[in-house]
Amino acid sequence: MTGLLDPRWSEAVARLPDYLGAHVRVSLAALALGLAVSLPLALITRHRPAARGVLLGIASIAQTVPGLALLALFYPLLLALAALSAKWFGVSFSAFGFLPAVLALALYAMLPVLRNTITGLQGIDPALIEAARGVGMTERQSLALVEWPLALPVIMAGIRTAAVWVIGTATLSTPIGQTSLGNYIFAGLQTQNWVFVLFGCAAAATLALAVDGLLALIEHGLRHHRGRARIALGAMGLAALIVASLAPGLARTSAHYVIGAKTFTEQYVLSQLIAQRLNAAGLSATTREGLGSNVIFEALRDGEIDAYVDYSGTLWANQFRHTDVKPRRALLTALAARLADDGVTLFGELGFANAYALVMPRARASALGIRSIADLAARAPELSIAGDYEFFSRPEWAALRQAYGLRFGKQRQMQPDFMYAAVAAGEVNVIAGYTSDGLIAKYNLVVLDDLKKAIPPYDAVLLLSPRRANDRALREALRPLIGAIDIATMREANLRAADGATGSAADVARWLWDQIAARHK
Amino acid sequence: MSAPAPAISVQRVARRFGRVTAVDDVSLEIGEGEFLAVVGASGSGKTTLLRLINRLIAPDSGRIVIHGEDSAASDPVALRRRIGMVFQSGALFPHMSVADNIGITPRLTGQPRQEIAARIDEMMALVQLAPELRARRPHELSGGQRQRVGVARALAAGPRIVLMDEPFGALDPLTRDTLGEDYRALHTRLGLVTVMVTHDIAEALLLADRIAVMHEGRLVAVADPKRMSQNEQPYVRDLLRAPRRQAERLAALLAQGTR
Repeated sequence: MTGLLDPRWSEAVARLPDYLGAHVRVSLAALALGLAVSLPLALITRHRPAARGVLLGIASIAQTVPGLALLALFYPLLLALAALSAKWFGVSFSAFGFLPAVLALALYAMLPVLRNTITGLQGIDPALIEAARGVGMTERQSLALVEWPLALPVIMAGIRTAAVWVIGTATLSTPIGQTSLGNYIFAGLQTQNWVFVLFGCAAAATLALAVDGLLALIEHGLRHHRGRARIALGAMGLAALIVASLAPGLARTSAHYVIGAKTFTEQYVLSQLIAQRLNAAGLSATTREGLGSNVIFEALRDGEIDAYVDYSGTLWANQFRHTDVKPRRALLTALAARLADDGVTLFGELGFANAYALVMPRARASALGIRSIADLAARAPELSIAGDYEFFSRPEWAALRQAYGLRFGKQRQMQPDFMYAAVAAGEVNVIAGYTSDGLIAKYNLVVLDDLKKAIPPYDAVLLLSPRRANDRALREALRPLIGAIDIATMREANLRAADGATGSAADVARWLWDQIAARHK
Repeated sequence: MSAPAPAISVQRVARRFGRVTAVDDVSLEIGEGEFLAVVGASGSGKTTLLRLINRLIAPDSGRIVIHGEDSAASDPVALRRRIGMVFQSGALFPHMSVADNIGITPRLTGQPRQEIAARIDEMMALVQLAPELRARRPHELSGGQRQRVGVARALAAGPRIVLMDEPFGALDPLTRDTLGEDYRALHTRLGLVTVMVTHDIAEALLLADRIAVMHEGRLVAVADPKRMSQNEQPYVRDLLRAPRRQAERLAALLAQGTR
């Protein structure tokens, strides 16, 4: 019984209108676009086997690209297109969120629709097509009056498959900035909030079944002689879904602050903290969570989000592609100048750093006599290392390897939350963790010293978008956060959030503010 | 006095499919009011000949003149709307009701709804279909009923020429006989020109005014039933042997039975 009384359920329910509405909008838009492109293509190519083969081949290839990658690929593509369009036509558009998600998902919808439409049309008894011509139908009449209605059950089956796929895959559009039911899943996985994960999956499945059911109703109606009532019912259901999904979007005010968060625990907590501060100051704010680290900065620069927390070293090395490592202060000065070129304000440091760090169990480290990365380098060939999905392709890893001549026996990629448990359990020997992570203390791990300073400093910095650069109310509301969070407090907050049982990211953010406020007194 | 112009004139027509010559230099005239049966083994080109007449396919060479008009010069769609066609095993549109199937050609030519509805009733009465079948789907009908719908559909736009492609082939013998007789009566009553392709020689002999025999794409004989039975060509004699023997044995058996 306590399961259902868990406050996380009510929090999940509270977010449902926003997430579900966005999910419905993006899925149905993608499905509509997919249909609008695939159906005419299928009709045009139905008598052209060569073109048909090419088309189905392309659609099949698009289908084999994993959903997450397909969605992610559309982001840089649109970014480039938006830049070109701005240059040539003076018209820019947002490459963030809705548009890339719709395009990628539409591509996903194409294969089942194309294949079923072509199969359906080809499967018609040639004697009936001959009869259609024989009774005096033109080619177009034959298509409209005979071939299309006869192929419709197969075509509708394809549309239903596409609908289910698109609704399922749309959960992966969270990292490119499209709010969806995937927000539950990404946030839940990060903060070990299984209530959120379950809720997100169940909501997506329910939506998929509901849309499939409505389409089935329409299909049934189309197939049966007197099925107008069913068609109307199904169409009304879909229309109601669309209207309902638009309602919360329309109700939104324009003076709305959006706080971004990347895909890890600390980011969820900090974005909640910022949003809570703004709300407390009477500024309405929401968070946009689970954004990919490649997407979030562009989103800020384009004004899609208004503020977020990033890390000096990440921006310097990944965003601006500098390979040099500067001392902490020098880096912050250079970074602020570089950010200003893009109109972005470096509002200040929060007071802690979240750097990459090589971490291993304290007991094992002392047994092997390892205290620093230099010590580790000597033993590395016998050891294995795990990092998050981006670590091994980041410049820091290259810098580390070069500085210390690191060469590990084995190298694995892992979901960050599982990494600490894995190293504690001896699954891997070393992990590339984060200095602010609370799990370091929890699992009795040790951070190895980087004596050569190969890893750049990673001060957590609060960034403001160009259009909020001179927003005094915003600045006043956020000023108390500058320099207010030390590493120990952040670690504890992260530990609380990652645990899941002690509350949601929002709860932890409130706790964190209590700590900050207590110190100010 | 010159002979009246034929309804259909097929002049040295040939049609190949790949390397196979389906119809090979065929010439044939079909008069007004005539019922012509085209017989031959499968692959003899008889169905191709039928499809050439309403331009479902175009000839490679030769010409077809319908009511004095070269069919190559006319719009094929308009031509097909003027010529009724009854297909093998019906080929009714399975997603349409009986009424919609019958009214399809008038609907294509954009006739007013009420006229079409009246025409459907008239056609159903003509082919002796009960009015309550109007809303049925083809799969809910018997084979004979389906074929009556097929005939009604062919006649709905008021054509003067009807082409039939093995129309009664898939029916049981009794239904087949009744339907053949009924159609023949309609043909006479409406003054139609009918070209019926069949592989059933007995049916051809009993229904048609004239019979055309096709063999390997060529027209080997055209004659009325009586003359056809006297034809001395080996292929024609072979073709007629089976029905003749059957008829003789049946006559003997039935004569015994009446005694």
